[in-house]
Amino acid sequence: MNVAAAHPGFLSPTGVEITFVLVGLATLGAAVLTVTTRQLVHAALWLVVALGGLAVEYLLLTAEFIAWVQVLIYVGSVVVLLLFGLMLTKAPIGRSPDADSENRPVALAVAVVAAAALVWVVVDAFRTTWINLHGAVQGSSRATGESLFRHWVLPFEALSVLLLAALVGAIVLSRRETAEPAQTAEPAQTTGSAGAARPGGGTGTGPTRAAGAAGKERD
Amino acid sequence: MNDALDVVLRLVAVLVVFLVFPLLVGQTEHKVMAHMQGRLGPMYAGGFHGWAQLVADGVKFAQKEDIVPADADRRVFQLAPAVALLPYLLVLIAIPVGPRGFVGETVDAGLIFVLAVMGIGVLGSLMAGWASANKFSLLGGLRTAAQLMAYELPMLLAAASVAMAAGTLSLPGIVAGYHWWWTLWQLVGGLVFFTAGLAELQRPPFDMPVADSEIIFGAYTEYTGLRFALFLLAEYAGIVVLCALTTVLFLGGWHGPWSGSAGWVWTLLKTAVLAFVVIWLRVSYPRLREDQLQKLAWTVLIPLALAQIALTGVVKVVTS
Repeated sequence: MNVAAAHPGFLSPTGVEITFVLVGLATLGAAVLTVTTRQLVHAALWLVVALGGLAVEYLLLTAEFIAWVQVLIYVGSVVVLLLFGLMLTKAPIGRSPDADSENRPVALAVAVVAAAALVWVVVDAFRTTWINLHGAVQGSSRATGESLFRHWVLPFEALSVLLLAALVGAIVLSRRETAEPAQTAEPAQTTGSAGAARPGGGTGTGPTRAAGAAGKERD
Repeated sequence: MNDALDVVLRLVAVLVVFLVFPLLVGQTEHKVMAHMQGRLGPMYAGGFHGWAQLVADGVKFAQKEDIVPADADRRVFQLAPAVALLPYLLVLIAIPVGPRGFVGETVDAGLIFVLAVMGIGVLGSLMAGWASANKFSLLGGLRTAAQLMAYELPMLLAAASVAMAAGTLSLPGIVAGYHWWWTLWQLVGGLVFFTAGLAELQRPPFDMPVADSEIIFGAYTEYTGLRFALFLLAEYAGIVVLCALTTVLFLGGWHGPWSGSAGWVWTLLKTAVLAFVVIWLRVSYPRLREDQLQKLAWTVLIPLALAQIALTGVVKVVTS
């Protein structure tokens, strides 16, 4: 971690840069496996590797706080929700041929376009920006908190309201489902989260709930 | 060179603690449970009060055949014990034992690190439950996942309350900022944290996911030999980690009389007392039903944790 570039340049890579690229390649490999494997649960497990790889990349960029939050929210909560949903739907061991929607070319095209757009935007925005790994840590929790609550308070609060709306929406949806058959309150909670985790339905509500919790915690 | 040696020594010390303390807790559990139930517990292995019982158990586990069921997903099945066990080793690195850098490695956002990595351990149970190709294991895995989702939130909220009180996320920083009245101030948060932690470890009375008399040890039904022993070790390492964390966050870690010279004794003592409480709860409380588990988390612990955060905020604003 302490070996960093004295003179930024692509032709004299340092240890950190080489590690960054290697971890990046591993993450990319895991991500590709996530979408190409024919076994559903394996896809979720490769997703763990990909998300963990991303956390390592954050660490290498000295963004420690973001890295651990990444592990906490994505590996610890979102993937567990995904696995819970898969287990509820009896994910078989071995291949699941019925899980193929036969949209491979379209999906590939969308993925390539999205990746190209993202890479172009990031490269264009940060082309000349270099992180000085020698100096004060720029991604410590203090630095993150200060920039978040001094410069970016409004977006942060707007996001909190958005997450709150998603939270309320999730509760409303899960109530409507179980209002008619029985009046038990607490299974509604569990079926609510299970419904959120199911791949077809509202995949969005699961992560938002976890993220909403994190947002609350930071408030 | 000296720095490298220092790091290596610290890591070796953490590894030794990781290998020894869970066994101590296990042996204590044997004895404490036995005496609470009016019997003696292991008495023969090793001579004096059966001190070598767990060593003998370890030898037994190592001799057993390592079986993978025919229909299981081999690689995931074999990988699961490691995923369950290793996170606790990582967590131990960040837990401060005494003042002046008596810690494996100071992590800036130590609190988040510890909670994040502890959550990964549960993935091991999920992998085991799914890969075993067994109905009971799958049920156990499902219950594990539901339990984690329910109890992760109150645990995080309670920990956030301490971080707010101390004004830092670093574990040594939190202990350094401790005053004796914090334990009263954060009492509710501490109870919520400990309870949620017990549930995350699937210890009784929150052992619905492994309920041996109903679903035959849940996710671990198909495991034998060393891999099963690794899961057991993960459970006891989890007890050590949870008790040490509760000590550090809510009981003031190394603070106590003569904390300058013997601070680490206080940390170990408080951890040991909490570990005793964990064992005590196992002997004295009946298992909670699945719906009671969920109800406790969502309707009791989360509101309590939120109230604790509000209280922390109010006191913090008033006193500053």
